[in-house]
Amino acid sequence: MGEILRHTISILVENKFGVLARVAGLFSARGFNIESLAVAETMDPTVSRMTIITLGNQQIIEQITKQLNKLVDVIKVSNLSGENFIDREMVLVKVAAQESTRAEVLRIVDIFRGKVVDVSPGSYVIEVTGDEEKIEAILGLLQPLGIREVVRTGKVAMARGQ
Amino acid sequence: MMKKNGAQILVEGLKREGVKVIFGFPGGAVLNIYDELFDATFLRHILVRHEQGAVHAADGYARASGKPGVCLVTSGPGATNTVTGVATAYMDSIPIVVFTGQVPTALVGNDAFQEADIVGITRPCTKYNFLVKDIKDLARTIKEAFYIATTGRPGPVLIDLPKDITSNTTDFSYPNKVAIRGYNPVYEGHPGQIKKALQLILDSTRPVIYSGGGIISSSAFRELKALAEKLNIPVTTTLMGLGGFPSNHRLSLGMLGMHGTYWANMAVTECDLLIAIGARFDDRVTGKVDEFAPRARTIHIDIDPTSISKNVRVDIPIVGDAKSILKGLITYLGKQKGLEKIKVSNKKWLSQIEKWKRTHPLNYKKGKEIKPQYVVEKLYELTKGEAIISTEVGQNQMWASQFYRFDKPRTFLSSGGLGTMGYGFPAAIGAQAAFPKKTVIDIAGDGSIQMNIQELTTAVQHNLPVKIAILNNRYLGMVRQWQELFYRKRYSHSNIEMAPDFVKLAEAYGALGLRAERPEEVVPIIREALRSNKPVLMDFIVSREEGVYPMVPAGAPIDKMLLV
Ligand SMILES: Cc1ncc(C[n+]2csc(CCOP(=O)(O)OP(=O)(O)O)c2C)c(N)n1
Ligand SMILES: [Mg+2]
Repeated sequence: MGEILRHTISILVENKFGVLARVAGLFSARGFNIESLAVAETMDPTVSRMTIITLGNQQIIEQITKQLNKLVDVIKVSNLSGENFIDREMVLVKVAAQESTRAEVLRIVDIFRGKVVDVSPGSYVIEVTGDEEKIEAILGLLQPLGIREVVRTGKVAMARGQ
Repeated sequence: MMKKNGAQILVEGLKREGVKVIFGFPGGAVLNIYDELFDATFLRHILVRHEQGAVHAADGYARASGKPGVCLVTSGPGATNTVTGVATAYMDSIPIVVFTGQVPTALVGNDAFQEADIVGITRPCTKYNFLVKDIKDLARTIKEAFYIATTGRPGPVLIDLPKDITSNTTDFSYPNKVAIRGYNPVYEGHPGQIKKALQLILDSTRPVIYSGGGIISSSAFRELKALAEKLNIPVTTTLMGLGGFPSNHRLSLGMLGMHGTYWANMAVTECDLLIAIGARFDDRVTGKVDEFAPRARTIHIDIDPTSISKNVRVDIPIVGDAKSILKGLITYLGKQKGLEKIKVSNKKWLSQIEKWKRTHPLNYKKGKEIKPQYVVEKLYELTKGEAIISTEVGQNQMWASQFYRFDKPRTFLSSGGLGTMGYGFPAAIGAQAAFPKKTVIDIAGDGSIQMNIQELTTAVQHNLPVKIAILNNRYLGMVRQWQELFYRKRYSHSNIEMAPDFVKLAEAYGALGLRAERPEEVVPIIREALRSNKPVLMDFIVSREEGVYPMVPAGAPIDKMLLV
């Protein structure tokens, strides 16, 4: 039934209560998986955008797309994975900042064009935005220095061009 | 502009939607509405005795009439009692609109007295549901609810009404159009796809039409018959599709699937083209899905895109309304030459099917005891096939589908998808409310009938002369049959000999009770029941361990049938 791939699905929905529950309920009831989910209002306050990252073979992704389209509150579904698109995620990383490691942390943050957004006696909070590769790379470098906590927004995505 | 309160808006909305009958049961949260109903002369309110009965009755009304069924219940337990009925309608794509009372908006979410989050509870088993939070939205919500329930793939819609909404007032205007930007059902099939389908049909030598409930909901009965006749294509129907093609037609194969006819299952297994119309490849139809119609290419016509390629791979999908697509196919076909040749070649295929039919007809052994199949046959003969039949669930349902020969759409009402015991009797009440003059019979099991027996009062109170025919085998018969076949006859908790005297019970409710214990009593009792203008319960004491055959064991391919 085809290879299992990661898909980025972007949905426009009515900005009403209960809509998130309908979308989430659809995934859970049918055993589809949600890797990441981001929701926020669009320029039109009556419409929200959901960006969902999901895994599945072609048949499953087709079902997910059709099922989403079938929801009354869903206005438009696009599977960005078929096209040229950009995705970004923001993470906040709380990382240990000892005498010995502080300079190294700052150097890494600088290379990845991150920001230190909070400084406390034993730790920094760092903000980084990027695609998955970049986020994984910085987390990999910070790991040995002592990551205390990571909070990720989930991905948002947009097609290039029109 | 005229000011109206919520209860008045609701009643006015029902009027505008053409609602003539409503099934309901009152309670605190809907008292304002009931007060308004007191004067609503255009509306017949049928007071059920359990809210599950109200929903099944609305469902039966909808299946029999083609119009949306409507019910009204109170908050909390009233609302939760509707859930089985709502799920039943959802699984079978039946248009109903359910109004539930709710605690006042200020108390919603507080675990208030008789509060239940019915919108949350029914989210996965409604086509759509609403909680009305502002009186200004009420009229539009009612309009949208009826629209969503009845268009596209039909289904149940629920509106939850907080009590203060029913008493608040607003300027009333009822919308005459609906615009929901996320909801635009497709009716017209893609012409390119229709042409491709046509080519497959012309190229096939062993075609079969597999038709489902979609034929009935889209009123495509005539078009289906025309297509089949034009090319001599045999037609098998699902349980939901019974009545969508005349059973007595020379091209009818009867039902397919777990308890389908031998020849329908063989034809599907051997066909080179399967034309699925308004059907969804349910597991009770396909058996082992990988071996379903293994030699066939598949055309799938359905209004719901999610039904297509859900369970099986399809060669030509066509999304749209069955009636309009069949019309398209017939039009294109009219322009084709050489149809006679195809008709003749399909005749060979039909004669093969005829052989299967002769080797394994639907059959049962007669004996000293009443056979349940015999009762159904006699019901068919004595009603001349003109009754509306509802069923419960279990063996009774399967015998009804095999031995009553349905020739017209909307005459067979049965819970197919959910398989709800207790559906048939309230559904019959609903159908009778839609057609007071027609004969409506619930073919019941002794187990199922006890699940909504309280509605006998409803039938008596409202002069709805529904007939109940209990095929009384003193077993949860279908459970017993599985235990016989797959659990070495260990009849664990399926013996229900301990039962009320159904005749006395009927009399206690004010209905007529009749009993037949020997075969020769069957016909006189049916005659007497049909003559009566009261609700009648017929208790047929049938042979206990009769089985439903053919039977495809769960998970087996459908050509591997256990036969009588
Ligand atoms: C509400 C509900 N509970 C349980 C079942 C499982 N079930 C399916 S058939 C059946 C037996 C029904 O017995 P009866 O009504 O006497 O019908 P029979 O099979 O004997 O004709 C049962 C228990 C069901 N379908 N619905
Ligand atoms: Mg029984």
